[in-house]
Amino acid sequence: MKVLYFAWIRERVGKAEEDVSPPASVVTVGELVQWLAGRGEEYAYAFDNPKVVRAAIDRVHVQPQAAIKGAREIALFPPMTGG
Amino acid sequence: MSHIRISSDPIDSAAETAALARGRTDIGAVVTFIGVCRDDEAGEKIAALSLEHYPGMAEAEIESHVREAETRWPLLGVRVVHRTGRIEPGETIVLVAVASAHRQAAFAAAEFLMDYLKTKAPFWKKVEAAGVTHWAEAREKDAEAAARWKAPARDAAE
Repeated sequence: MKVLYFAWIRERVGKAEEDVSPPASVVTVGELVQWLAGRGEEYAYAFDNPKVVRAAIDRVHVQPQAAIKGAREIALFPPMTGG
Repeated sequence: MSHIRISSDPIDSAAETAALARGRTDIGAVVTFIGVCRDDEAGEKIAALSLEHYPGMAEAEIESHVREAETRWPLLGVRVVHRTGRIEPGETIVLVAVASAHRQAAFAAAEFLMDYLKTKAPFWKKVEAAGVTHWAEAREKDAEAAARWKAPARDAAE
């Protein structure tokens, strides 16, 4: 599945998007964030406070407990500051 | 009857408002909100803001809230224009223009759309100040402003 990063999460990870294949034990968005955080120093830095990470699956806002199964595109980003 | 646009081009608020009502004689009220870049952010003097967005989702998210506004109030037209990229103090960041037969619906829908845009539309502001940059913090009062619309529209308007 494709994962997109925005704002300071994108800067900390060092890329805007990538394809990832988490193991089957990663079921929810919250677990995906936890799994990503273990992929290296830059990911640990980007996801050091999972509580502030917001997510969208296929461009619709979701909660951390949302299932990632079947998702084409998962976006992870900080709280929005538009307008 | 809605128009949603995200662009790095400067926003011409007079042209946007005129486009909303052009050729129409059923519109009795147009409320336009213009969000402008200030020269301070939380007490700090700033040089510019840079806005990043999630292409595709930002448009879809605004669109779904415009649809919701249309079910809550009798609207005759909506235009939402949001800028991205580098924006200097004094320049317009966002424009929300709402037309209706009467002012109450236009005022309420414009405020509803702005409150949701602030907290749900995927845009992020980076602050440029004294040669350094940092990401703007989300504000608790923006979340509170959006939350009050969860009550039925009639209650929220009282």
